[in-house]
Amino acid sequence: MYPASFSYSSPTSLDDALALLAEHGEDAKLLAGGHSLLPLMKLRFAQPRYLVDLRRIANLSGIERSAGELKIGAMSTYAALAASDLVRTLVPMLADAAAQIGDPQVRNRGTIGGSLAHADPAADLPTVMLAADAQMAVVGRRGTRVIPAQAFFVGMLTTSLAPDEVLTEIRIPLADAREGSAYDKCRHPASRFALVGVAASIRLAADGTVLHARIAVGGMGPMAVRVAGAEAALKGHAPTAEVRHAAAALVAAAVDPQEDLQGTVAYKRNLAQVYAERALASAVHRAGG
Amino acid sequence: MTAPTTPAPSLFGASIKRREDPRFITGKGRFTDDVVMPGMTHAAFVRSPHAFAIIRSIDTSRASALPGVRAVFTGEQLAAAGVNGLPAGWLLPDIKVPYRPVLSVGHARHVGEAVAVVIADSAAVARDAAELVDVDYEPLVAVADTATALSHPTQIHDIAPDNRCFHWSIGDAAPVDAAFASAPHVVRQRFVNNRLAAMAMEPRASLASYDVAGDELTLYVTSQNPHVHRLIMGAFVLGLAEHRFRVIAPDVGGGFGSKIFIYPEEVVVAWAAKKIGRPVKWTATRSESFLTDAQGRDHVSEAEMALSNDGKVLALRVKTIANVGSGLSLFAPAVPTYLYATLLSGAYAIPAIHCEVDAVFTNTTPVDAYRGAGRPEACYLIERMMDLSAKHLGMSPVDIRRLNFIPAHAFPYQTPVALCYDSGNYEPALDMALTKADYASLLQRQAEGRANGRYIGIGFSTYIEACSIAPSQVVGALGSQAGLYESAHVRVHPTGSVTVYTGSHSHGQGHETTFAQIVADQLGIPMDAVDIVHGDTGKVQFGMGTYGSRSGALGGTSIYMSLQKIKDKAKKIAAHLLEAAEADIEFEGGKFYVRGAPDRAKQFADVTLAAYLGHNLPSGLEPGLEATSFFDPSNFTFPFGTHIAVVEIERSTGHVTLLNYIAVDDVGNVINPMIVDGMVHGGIAQGVAQALWESVHFAPDGQPLNASLMEYAVPRADQLIKYNTGRTVTPSPVNPLGVKGAGETGTIASTPAIANAVMDALSPFGVSHIDMPLTPSKLWTAMNGSTGGL
Repeated sequence: MYPASFSYSSPTSLDDALALLAEHGEDAKLLAGGHSLLPLMKLRFAQPRYLVDLRRIANLSGIERSAGELKIGAMSTYAALAASDLVRTLVPMLADAAAQIGDPQVRNRGTIGGSLAHADPAADLPTVMLAADAQMAVVGRRGTRVIPAQAFFVGMLTTSLAPDEVLTEIRIPLADAREGSAYDKCRHPASRFALVGVAASIRLAADGTVLHARIAVGGMGPMAVRVAGAEAALKGHAPTAEVRHAAAALVAAAVDPQEDLQGTVAYKRNLAQVYAERALASAVHRAGG
Repeated sequence: MTAPTTPAPSLFGASIKRREDPRFITGKGRFTDDVVMPGMTHAAFVRSPHAFAIIRSIDTSRASALPGVRAVFTGEQLAAAGVNGLPAGWLLPDIKVPYRPVLSVGHARHVGEAVAVVIADSAAVARDAAELVDVDYEPLVAVADTATALSHPTQIHDIAPDNRCFHWSIGDAAPVDAAFASAPHVVRQRFVNNRLAAMAMEPRASLASYDVAGDELTLYVTSQNPHVHRLIMGAFVLGLAEHRFRVIAPDVGGGFGSKIFIYPEEVVVAWAAKKIGRPVKWTATRSESFLTDAQGRDHVSEAEMALSNDGKVLALRVKTIANVGSGLSLFAPAVPTYLYATLLSGAYAIPAIHCEVDAVFTNTTPVDAYRGAGRPEACYLIERMMDLSAKHLGMSPVDIRRLNFIPAHAFPYQTPVALCYDSGNYEPALDMALTKADYASLLQRQAEGRANGRYIGIGFSTYIEACSIAPSQVVGALGSQAGLYESAHVRVHPTGSVTVYTGSHSHGQGHETTFAQIVADQLGIPMDAVDIVHGDTGKVQFGMGTYGSRSGALGGTSIYMSLQKIKDKAKKIAAHLLEAAEADIEFEGGKFYVRGAPDRAKQFADVTLAAYLGHNLPSGLEPGLEATSFFDPSNFTFPFGTHIAVVEIERSTGHVTLLNYIAVDDVGNVINPMIVDGMVHGGIAQGVAQALWESVHFAPDGQPLNASLMEYAVPRADQLIKYNTGRTVTPSPVNPLGVKGAGETGTIASTPAIANAVMDALSPFGVSHIDMPLTPSKLWTAMNGSTGGL
């Protein structure tokens, strides 16, 4: 468990971090908790020459509500997300997911920004970000830009972050009173990553029909994806068990699972169906439906 | 002398908190990797990425050139230097024992086999350099599958046609054939007993140093049996005299069998330390543990049971293929033979049993003893067969067991497969378990659940096992190359404190507590006055170590025997000091007194001081007070009991939830109930895990598919429940303590209990058997197979 040799620095300002990234280019990796990166380095699957640790940079963590958004600093830990009253009341699916990641040690070290930038196909938070329609605030030497979640994740372990950019903040549009969200996952028996994870956000109209829905699924393909067909199947309908079942079936049809030791393709599609139904039922319940 | 004011309470049978735990839970244990020596270097191994390959050449020049590298060695170099291959410690007729070099010579035969070693000033440089060793491999078609290894076109070892290591059988075929020919019912099933990884918390490690002045080699190693390590490494592999070779197994963080054996890495480390004149350390990564620690189980069996109309078992016929991996680990031949097929009678009076075993080589990690070692495989097979037979006959799983139990009056009971069970009383344990489970209500709850789409299953395992291995003459006759007695030296110090040197080795078992309880109880002194020393061949007389649930029955009895010798001598001295006849001296609560005159007394410490002062001893009696004993039992011990698992299977996902788990065990007398409970709990966790989660998988090309804790599902606390445990007590007649063994019962009993419960839950779907691990995908598929899908 000895990683290849590397250099390390922990700058105290974002500017210094960006300068280091610019200097070292593809040889550098950002360290934002390290619970994905360090195991890969110890196995020598990843051999970055330079680690830039973000932990000492002020203002990269913290959760606050402002102007119709929940702003989450990228260095906020899973434990902080799970314990946050703001997250629990405003984006409950994010609290659902954060509370189920790894174990207490992982939750105390791992960060939302680290997870999103790593973009593990079986991670929980990318799925939630898609269903939350989150915006990723990214800072580079050329300035700041905001990337919608759907454009942020581009493939297996791949995001649209440039090598010299830092994800600094996640902005989640706030739900109104008739909106509810939930995340449910089937855990891998060993890693506890998602065999399948489904995030659903449902907004109900005054008459109880679905005004709009966002549904995302992760763990069953190279990256988490929104399922537009399932969202459309809910829109305008009262979210009855039958309607939810039909929407979940579209989630199951949209995933691309591979057979492995955890199960057959048919079984995994069934898991997508079951966990989509569960997430939808919770989201509808939380929306007051 | 100041005497203790109150006599010590009886400590045998008391739940004393473990004395070793404070150092472990405060991080103050001293494990092999904690030991640091001046000038210490570090070893890293180059390992084969191929399951089977010819090694065309090894170029070490780039690695050797890296700054900080002290040496790079290959298998050819070690062989040329006189390092022998690893021996097999148990031989069977016509067994094929392939040469097993510590570093590959010519071929590599499993993924992870050590091909070369780099020794460097730091572990990081050693690892870097290992990546610079260029090995030119010619990959060959590998054999990975147990069931088809015999017919695979690839032959792994020149000396083993059909990849057969041995063919072995036990029992008499003729009466079995006769019984089957006339039996009204025959139940057949094929079983795969899945391969497991041992997964001790502390990975294997070794640190060797050579003292030139004293010409002594010292090896710290994660061993369950340091004297066995010293004997085999010294006498057979490295050619070192035992008096110049010290093996220390300090604190060891779990073994489960995997640390019994002699492994290549510790041999290389020991040899290299002398060769380069520096201490050499190696500690396995978890990845290396997965690839190289001996694994367990891996049988494919065809079982047939002949039954009468009323459910009596008439005969059992079993054919097993056992995978031993790429070569023979130390005790591998014993596991699928004498530790397995001899247990196929289970708790039942079965008139005729015949079992044939083919052991096969494959291009996989070697297989050897893992917690239970053969007995779980037997218990799983017989307990599943009892359930399948009950189902076939429309009987209750309870009734068929009760009907076939060996009756209490029939002990000692000679089975048709060599073992003679010395004692047993199976029905009380079953009855206690049924009461604890509230079986009648359970059945009702199950019926109500089924009516509402809830699938609850109740599974039984009325197990037996043979432990406290073993009578030396018997195992010698069966092929063991070692005796299996145990030793203890008890040294009483002048002021009455005691040091015990035990040949047992604690790697989690709590010997420092339980053995001290035996001493304190026997001598009437506080436990604080007793120290237990183990794990160091420089301190402890020869010992056989700890495995096969043998420490209490053998190590404990050896201590007990030495204590009797101590007491006998102390009594002579006390009689002399009290001017009374030895026959009139009583010893109780730490006090020697004259029978009928309790005031004429000497405290234990008065007597021990007198023993060492030597001023006033009976004529002809030597001064001093210490005694050595070697205990060789007349038989195994035979713990038994009933475990009942209650599970629920979620229809939509196939997920299994444990609803209740009842474990009633009879391990004879119990020294420390809390420690026994801990062993039972841990054992159940491991056994449940085999049934539901754990399984080592190899691809057809021999590549491991789940050699990581991210993939291999060891049990977690949140998957298990509070166990409902109980005990009956049938003392073992073969040792004076009346103890049996508790280390493996949970593992042996729980796997079939869970499997039977899951199959019971699935019975509405017409499913009678699924091989382990019983993953949600398999269960869901089975549930949908009979209903046409969702």
